[in-house]
Amino acid sequence: MSEQPTLAGATTPSVTAPAASDISGAAVRPGDRVFRGLALTAGATVLVVMAAIAIFLVYRAVPALRDDTVHFLTFEQWFPDNDPSQFGIAALLYFTLVTSLIGMVIAVPVAIGIALFIAFYAPGRASQAMGYFVDLLAAVPSIVYGLWGFAFLAPHMTGLTRFLDKYFGWVPFFDYRPENNPNNLSPFTAGVVLAIMILPIISSISREVFRQVPRDQVEAALALGATRWEMIRTAVVPFGRAGVLSASILGLGRALGETLAVTLVLSSLYDVNLHITESGGVTFASNIALKYGEAGEIGTGALIASGLCLFLITLAVNFGAGLLIRRQQRER
Amino acid sequence: MSTLQTRTQRPPAPQAPLAGHKLPAYALPVLAAIVLATTALLFATTGFAGVAGFVVVAALLYAIGQTALSFQVEGRRQAANRLFTTLVYVAFVLAAAPLLVITWYTVKEGIGVISKDFLTTSMFRINPERAGGGIYHAIVGTLIQCLLATALAAPLGILAAIYLVEYGGRRPLARAISFFVDVMTGVPSIVAGLFVFTAFILVLGFQKSGFAGSLALFILMLPIVIRSTEEMLKLVPADLREASYALGVPKWRTVVKVVLPTALAGIITGVMLGVARIAGETAPLLLLVGINQRIEFNPFAGRDQQNAQAALPTYIYEQFGVAVGNTGAPAFQRAWGAALVLIVLVGLLNLIARLVARFARVRG
Repeated sequence: MSEQPTLAGATTPSVTAPAASDISGAAVRPGDRVFRGLALTAGATVLVVMAAIAIFLVYRAVPALRDDTVHFLTFEQWFPDNDPSQFGIAALLYFTLVTSLIGMVIAVPVAIGIALFIAFYAPGRASQAMGYFVDLLAAVPSIVYGLWGFAFLAPHMTGLTRFLDKYFGWVPFFDYRPENNPNNLSPFTAGVVLAIMILPIISSISREVFRQVPRDQVEAALALGATRWEMIRTAVVPFGRAGVLSASILGLGRALGETLAVTLVLSSLYDVNLHITESGGVTFASNIALKYGEAGEIGTGALIASGLCLFLITLAVNFGAGLLIRRQQRER
Repeated sequence: MSTLQTRTQRPPAPQAPLAGHKLPAYALPVLAAIVLATTALLFATTGFAGVAGFVVVAALLYAIGQTALSFQVEGRRQAANRLFTTLVYVAFVLAAAPLLVITWYTVKEGIGVISKDFLTTSMFRINPERAGGGIYHAIVGTLIQCLLATALAAPLGILAAIYLVEYGGRRPLARAISFFVDVMTGVPSIVAGLFVFTAFILVLGFQKSGFAGSLALFILMLPIVIRSTEEMLKLVPADLREASYALGVPKWRTVVKVVLPTALAGIITGVMLGVARIAGETAPLLLLVGINQRIEFNPFAGRDQQNAQAALPTYIYEQFGVAVGNTGAPAFQRAWGAALVLIVLVGLLNLIARLVARFARVRG
C-alpha cells in the first residue's frame, strides 16, 4: 500500500513514451491514426458536453430573464408564470448557501478526524475496512437520505432545536420563535443531512492526501519524541493542508447541488429567514425539482436560469478546487 | 583536557527521569465510571433527558476529566495528545452512527412490505392510497436506464482515458480535458438533467423517455469512468508497453492487447462504481422520464410528454408524494421498501466492484 502513491506519481511522464513514436517515424500505421482519432474524439466529448451545458442553458434562460419584471438577484419569490412575471433567486441563493455551510461546518472537522483516524490511529487491516465502511455512506442514494431526514431525523431534531433556542437563542440563527410550524423541516435539519452526505467525499480525499505524507517525516517526528498529536501538527498538517482544503471545496460543490435530500427535508418557503432552526427554505435544486411540473413557458425558462446560476456557482467552486489540486501536485 | 573538566564539573543529574510520569492503567476506566455515574446523577436530578443528550454530556465530561487528569500527572504535551486522540475517535463514531442508523431505519421500515408480490408486480390499476402493488416496473426501468447509460459512458470514458494516458502526455488539450473531467465530476445531477431537458426535449423536440434519462446519467457517469480508468492505466508498467513496441507491435494494438487487459479488472471496478453512483440518481430522472404505473421495457417509449419508463428513485419520490407526509400511509411504506431494494442494489454493485478490484488488481 505504501508504494501506491509513488507509482501513480512517477509513471505519468514515462508512460507517454514519446521516444516510441519518434523511432517508428514513417511507419505510423493507419490503425494507429484511427485509434488515436477515436480516443481524441472521446476525450473531446468532455469539453463538448461542458460547453454544450453552458450554451443551451444560457440560450433558454435569456428569454425568461428578459420577461422578468423584478430584479432577478434580489427578489425572493418565484412567480414566473404570473402576469407580470416575477421571480428572483435571493431566497434560493441564501438557503443554498446556508444549508451547504451548515453541512460544511459539521462535516469538515468530522471528515478530517475520520481521515486521520484511518491513516494514523486505526491498526493496518482495520483501517482499510473502515475506509470501505465510510465509503458506503456515499453509496446511499440521495433520495434515501431525503426519506430518512424527513421521517427520522426531523422528528429527532426537536430536542437539539429547543436546546439551541434555550441557551443560544441570543444568536439570531438559533432563535426559535413559538409561532413557527414545529416540524423541524428546517435549513438546519437539511444542513445536517448534507453533512452526512458529503462526509465520505471529504474524508476519502483527505485520506488519500494523508497517505501521501512522506513516511520519513512522520517517523522522524516520532523518533524525536513527538507525541502523535505533535507529529500530526508538525508533519501531516503542513503537508496536507492544501489537499484537505480542496477536498472540502469538492464537498461544498456536492452540497450546493444536492437535490432530493434537501427537497424532501425542507418545507419550501421562499422568505429569507435568519432563524435557521425554523421550518422553511428552498434551494436552487429543490426549487427546480418542485416547480418543473407546473412550470409554463416562462416558468421553465426561469428554472433553467436558476439552474444556470447553480451551474456557474458549482463550476466556480470546482474550478477553485481543481486549481488547488493541480498547484499542489506541481509543488510535489 | 577542557572537555574532561566540563564533564566532571557538571552537576549530578537533575530530577528529570528519562521516562515521564504516566497515568496508571486503571485511571481511565475509573474515570469513565465516575463520568457515567455523574452524568446519570445529573440527568436524574436536573431537567436533562434523552439518550443523545446523555451520550454528549458524558463524552464531554470524559474529555474534560481526562485532559485535566493527564495535565496534572503527565504534563501539557501528553494531555494535548490524549485530547486529540479522543477527538479523532469521537469523529469516527460520529461518522459511523448515521450510517448505522440509516441502514437500520431503512431495513426496519422497508422489510415489512417486501414480498414476492412487491418485487414482481407493478402499480398498474392499484389504488396508490391503499396497500398492494409493487416495484417491478421501477426495477425494470432502473436496470434498462443504467444499462443504456453504461453502454454510452463506458466505451467513451475508457477511450478518453486512453487518450489522456497514452496519447495526451502534457499537451495543452490533454491537460484541458483532464481539468474539465474534474470539473464535470462536480456538475450537480439536477443541472445535468436540466441540460438534457433543454437540449433534447425543448430544443430538439423529443419526448420524455427512459433514454432521455439515461443521457443525463451518461453525463454524470462519464467523468467517473474516465478518472478511474486513467488511474488504472497509469498503474500499468511502462516496461510492458516498451516490450510490446520492441516486438514491432503498433501502438494501438499495444494498447488494446497489452495495456487494456492488464488494467481490465481495475477498469471494470471503476465502471461498476460509476453504475452504483448513477443507479440512485433521482433528480434528472424526475425531469426527463416522469412517472409510469405500468411495466415498460422500451426506453424510447414516451406518450404525450409523460408515461415513459418508471425507475426506483422516481418511484420512491412518487410514493412519498402520494403519502403527503403521512409516515404511516401504505405509500410511505412502499417508498421505504423501494429504498431498501435500491440500497441493496447499490450496495451489491459496490461490493462486487471492490471484490473484482481485490482479486484481480493490476500487478505493477
